[in-house]
Amino acid sequence: MDAALTEPLALARSLRAAKAQRAKRAALLKHVFLIAASLVMIYPLLWMLASSFKPNNQIFGDPSLWPREVTWANYPEGWNGMAVSFGVFFRNSLFVTILSVIGNVLSCSFTAYAFARLEFTGKRLWFALMMMTLMIPYHVVLIPQYLTFLKLGWVDTYLPLIVPQFLAGDAFFIFLMVQFFRQLPRELDEAAMIDGCSPFKIYWAIIMPLSIPAIATAAIFSFIWTWDDFLGPLVYLNDVKDYTVPLALRMFNSQDSVTQYGQMFAMSILSLLPIFLFFIIFQRLIIRGIAMSGLK
Amino acid sequence: MNRVIRKNLAGYAFLLPWLVGFLLLAIGPILFSLYLSFTKYNVINPPQWIGLDNYAYMFGRDARFRKALQVTFTFVAFAVPAKLVFALAVAMLLDKGIRAIGIYRALFYLPSILGGSIAVAILWRNLFNADGVVNTILGFVGIDGPAWLADPRYSLWTLIVLAVWQFGSPMLIFLAGLRAIPQELYEAAEIDAAGKVKQFFAITVPLLAPVIFFNLVLQMIEAFKSFSGAFIISGGSGAPLDSLLFYTVYLFNEAFSFLRMGYASALAWVLLAIIAAFTAIAFWTSKYWVHYEGERG
Repeated sequence: MDAALTEPLALARSLRAAKAQRAKRAALLKHVFLIAASLVMIYPLLWMLASSFKPNNQIFGDPSLWPREVTWANYPEGWNGMAVSFGVFFRNSLFVTILSVIGNVLSCSFTAYAFARLEFTGKRLWFALMMMTLMIPYHVVLIPQYLTFLKLGWVDTYLPLIVPQFLAGDAFFIFLMVQFFRQLPRELDEAAMIDGCSPFKIYWAIIMPLSIPAIATAAIFSFIWTWDDFLGPLVYLNDVKDYTVPLALRMFNSQDSVTQYGQMFAMSILSLLPIFLFFIIFQRLIIRGIAMSGLK
Repeated sequence: MNRVIRKNLAGYAFLLPWLVGFLLLAIGPILFSLYLSFTKYNVINPPQWIGLDNYAYMFGRDARFRKALQVTFTFVAFAVPAKLVFALAVAMLLDKGIRAIGIYRALFYLPSILGGSIAVAILWRNLFNADGVVNTILGFVGIDGPAWLADPRYSLWTLIVLAVWQFGSPMLIFLAGLRAIPQELYEAAEIDAAGKVKQFFAITVPLLAPVIFFNLVLQMIEAFKSFSGAFIISGGSGAPLDSLLFYTVYLFNEAFSFLRMGYASALAWVLLAIIAAFTAIAFWTSKYWVHYEGERG
C-alpha cells in the first residue's frame, strides 16, 4: 500500500485511540466518584460497627473506623445490660415476625390468586378498593383498632400484632403476587381444571410452586418490616418482658443516663444482623421485587 | 350447581381473609374513626358527641397543629425531591454497563434496607450530637458545627438528611426504568450532535416520566406517614421547641400520651384528607407531563 492510502487510516486509528482513552479516563473518573460516594453512604453503618468494639470513652466524637483498642465486652454486657436479657427480646421479635411472615404469605397469596386467576362478580371494584388501602396511613386506623383490641382484652398480648397479618392487610404484597401470578400461562389452570382439580388444588399445587420468587420476596419484606416495626409494639406492648427488639433498643437509648454507648451500639448491630444477612443472601430477589412493585 | 354461582363461590372463598380484614381492619376502623372525630373520648368515660368542636379547635386555635403541619410539609417538600434527585442521578451513573455495578448497587441500597430500623434512628441521634462525629469531621475542615439536635433551626435537617440517605429503592426503580429506554434513541441523538443535557431532557425525562411519577407518589405518601425517626430522635415529644413535631408524632401523643382519642381521630382524618388531596393533585397534574407508551402525547 502506498503512503497516501495509509495516512487517513493511521489518522482514523489514532482518533479512535484518543477517543478510547477519553472514554477510559471518563470511566475511571466515574469509578472514583462512585467509590467515594458509596463510602460516604456506608460510613455511618461502619462507624456504628466500629463503635460496638470500642471502649465506652473512645466512642463519642471519634470518627475512626478502626478501634484503637478492640473490646468484645460490649456484646455480652449489652446482652445483659437491662433488667431483662436481650435473649428474651430477640425471642419475642422472632416469634412475632415468623408468625407474621406465615400469615402474610398465606393470606396475601390467597387474595392474589383470587384477583389474578379467578372470575367473580365485583372483582374490579374489590381490586380498586384494595389498591386504595395503600394510601391509608396506619395512624388513621390505629386508634379504632387499638380501642377494639382493648375491648377484646388483646392489649399486652401479641394478638394485635399477629392476627391482622393473617387477614391480608398489606396491599403491596398482594399487588406483587398478582403481577407475578398473571404472567403464568393460563393453560396450566385450564388443563388442571379439565383433570378435575379444584381451585384450591390449582392454587396449592400449581400456582404456588411456580411463584417461589414472588412468595420469597414477599416473605423477605414481610420479615424486615415486622422485625423493624416500632409503632405497633409501642402501642400494644407495655410489659418489658414482652418487648420486641426495637422497643428494647429505644429503652436502652432513653435510659436517664445513657453512658453505655458501646453496649447500645453492640445490640443495635445485632438487631440489624438478620436483615443484613437476608440482604446478602437474597439480594437478587429483593432488587427484582423492588423494581417490579415499588416496595420500599 | 350453576356455573356462575360456583365461580363466585370459589372467588369469594379465596377473597375471604382479605375481605374480613378489609371490613374489620380498614373500612370499619376508618368509619369508627370518623365518628370518634366528632366526640370527646378519653377511653375511661364513654364518647361524648361534641359535633365539629374538634375540627373548629384544630383549625382555629391549635397552634401545635399548625406547627405540626409546618414541620411535616417542610420535611416532605425537601426530603422527597432531594431523595428523587439523588436516586435518579446515581441510577444514571450506574446505568449503561458500568463495571462492578452489582457492588455499587448493593452499597447504595444498604442504607435503605437497614434504615427502617430503630437502631439507625438511634445511630443518627448520636452522629448529630453536639460533640458527635459529624461535628468532629466538620471540625477537620474548620467548621464549628452547631448542636444539630438541640437547636430548633437545624434539627429538622438531620431528619431530612436521614430520609435522603435512604434513596436506594427509588434508585432501583429508576434503574429498571432506564433499562427500558431503547439505546438507539441516544445513538440517534449522538448522530444529531445533541449534547448530554439535551439528551437528558429530550429522551430520558419524557420516557422515564411514568417511573418518576410512580416514585414521586410513593415517596410523598411515605414521607407524610414517616414516624419512627422523628419519634426516636426527638425523644418522643417532637422536641426541641416542637421543631420535630411531625404530624404523626403529634397524633400519637394526643392519642396515647394524653388519651384524647376523639381529637386524635380528627387529626387522623385530616391527615388522610391531606394525603388523598396530594395524591389527587399528583394524578391530576400527571396528565400534563406523564405520557404512557402507546398513548398519543
